[in-house]
Amino acid sequence: MFLTDEQQAILNGSKGETMAKVMKTLVMYGETFGADKMVPVTSEYNHLVTSFGLKMMGPVFDLMQQLIDGDALSQQKFSVDPRPVDKNVPANFLQNFIFNKIMYTRQESYEQQLKELGLMNEDAFTCACYLDQVGNTPKKGEILSWAESSAVVYANSVLGARCNRNSGIMDIMGSIAGFVPHFGLLTDEGRKATWIVKVDCKKKPEAQLLGSAIGMKVMEDVPFVTGMEKWLGTELNDENRAYLKDFGAATASNGAVGLYHIENLTPEAKELGASLVAPGAKVYIIDDAELERVKNNYPVVWKDKNAQPRLCFIGCPHLSLQQLIDWTEKVEEGLKASGNKQVLIPTVFTTAPAVKKEFEQTEYAARLKATGVILSYICPLMYMNNPLAGKMPVITCSNKLRTYTTARFYSEDDILVKITKGGK
Amino acid sequence: MREFKGRVVAPGTVSAPALVSHGGLNTLASFQKALQFGDKKATCGDQNNPDLYGKVMKDKALCLPQTIGSTTGGLVLYCACAMDRRPACMLFSKPIDSLAAAGSILASVWLDGVNMPVIDSLGEEFLEFVQDGMMISVGTDGRIIVE
Repeated sequence: MFLTDEQQAILNGSKGETMAKVMKTLVMYGETFGADKMVPVTSEYNHLVTSFGLKMMGPVFDLMQQLIDGDALSQQKFSVDPRPVDKNVPANFLQNFIFNKIMYTRQESYEQQLKELGLMNEDAFTCACYLDQVGNTPKKGEILSWAESSAVVYANSVLGARCNRNSGIMDIMGSIAGFVPHFGLLTDEGRKATWIVKVDCKKKPEAQLLGSAIGMKVMEDVPFVTGMEKWLGTELNDENRAYLKDFGAATASNGAVGLYHIENLTPEAKELGASLVAPGAKVYIIDDAELERVKNNYPVVWKDKNAQPRLCFIGCPHLSLQQLIDWTEKVEEGLKASGNKQVLIPTVFTTAPAVKKEFEQTEYAARLKATGVILSYICPLMYMNNPLAGKMPVITCSNKLRTYTTARFYSEDDILVKITKGGK
Repeated sequence: MREFKGRVVAPGTVSAPALVSHGGLNTLASFQKALQFGDKKATCGDQNNPDLYGKVMKDKALCLPQTIGSTTGGLVLYCACAMDRRPACMLFSKPIDSLAAAGSILASVWLDGVNMPVIDSLGEEFLEFVQDGMMISVGTDGRIIVE
């Protein structure tokens, strides 16, 4: 890999031993994937995936301290994934004990490290950092050093920024050095689609289900999706951005997609059209029956498959302001139709702290509260990543949460019926 | 006895019994329980991986296609290395994925005395041939011997 004189000097120790190690890490990473050079990180902010002070991650915190002590600090301020604990989310005595006394005992000290390294602000804890209220929205063509998979796929696809599907810790290395290795989704060639996905459904496919089907089929490849114009239009707006946020998260978690193109909608698809499709691209046709097949094949990992759900999570990735408003109205209508006053299953909507604050300024906040739904900034994944929560019958309409935990997936319509009308 | 040739991602030599995952290894799901609750043998906790679930991963020659799952995967692997709950080596049939690469590179650069050779691109035939318990010797040039 070609290094500039400055980069080579850093690698040789001109900025100290710690910075040399940072550069060595990035050089090895780039060489593994055939990078030809380093390119500057050009986004205003970074975003880190590691938000949780899990006790088991002691070595990560030690590494972070090495960076701080070596004055190898991030050149960018950054946002970070959601906090793992929120006292407003239902948890029993034992769960609280495990969360606070065993698992997340390093949360406070880790957040202090994040501040020293360059955290944007106290509210910068969300997986959906690109939402307007959060303020970490990269521009088209900017080079990023992010790792959160749902944010990476959104930034690449919807915003037209350029970022590889990095691992945690590698994200901050790029931000400290100010450079990342040039390969994969940073290159024009790496952004070409090797799959054409033809959507031939009779009704608008649910984002989380369509993304899941595509992710499972194309895995880490880039799909060019056609047939969505009648539902999503040709201009990005709040509604279809939210759709693409959930769609992308499902492609990234059910497969390993880092970039997708939607014909006539996403920036590069609008600009370059079919020339984005690589020669010999494979074809995948999706109709309603295919989506039904995919949904019916999800394993149910509950011990008692007929258990009464004890918790419902909606908002993985975090909900946008408009989604919160829409869900509030849908829950109200569902309760009215069923004659119930409050949701019948403890239900948590999750969103970014900054979005939560804005939502709380609207009339919908009181209306949502009246339905019994809890609004939280928590990461549902982190809530469920322990043996106790793993045994709970939790339901969700998030395909990411389904994939990484024991949560059971239902469509949005089915979830709404379950929480407002009841039934197993 | 069969010899396979791959690409060296992290150099080193080692001999260890094979542990084979035919599906992708979900690093977080596989290691989290062991790291969180003090299991020094690193027993695999991923219920969705029938090949590995409940088996000891520490000191084994872990044979797999790629790693999958959360992008915390690299730092989880780094932690497994730092806490001495790492496999003896990692042998990939496919080109290594970015998460496993990150974990092994971070361990190689930031941890002292960690020897976990990583070889990728060993080919599908490798994963079809190797079985749990076979002895694997890893050389410095990307050659491995399975017996």
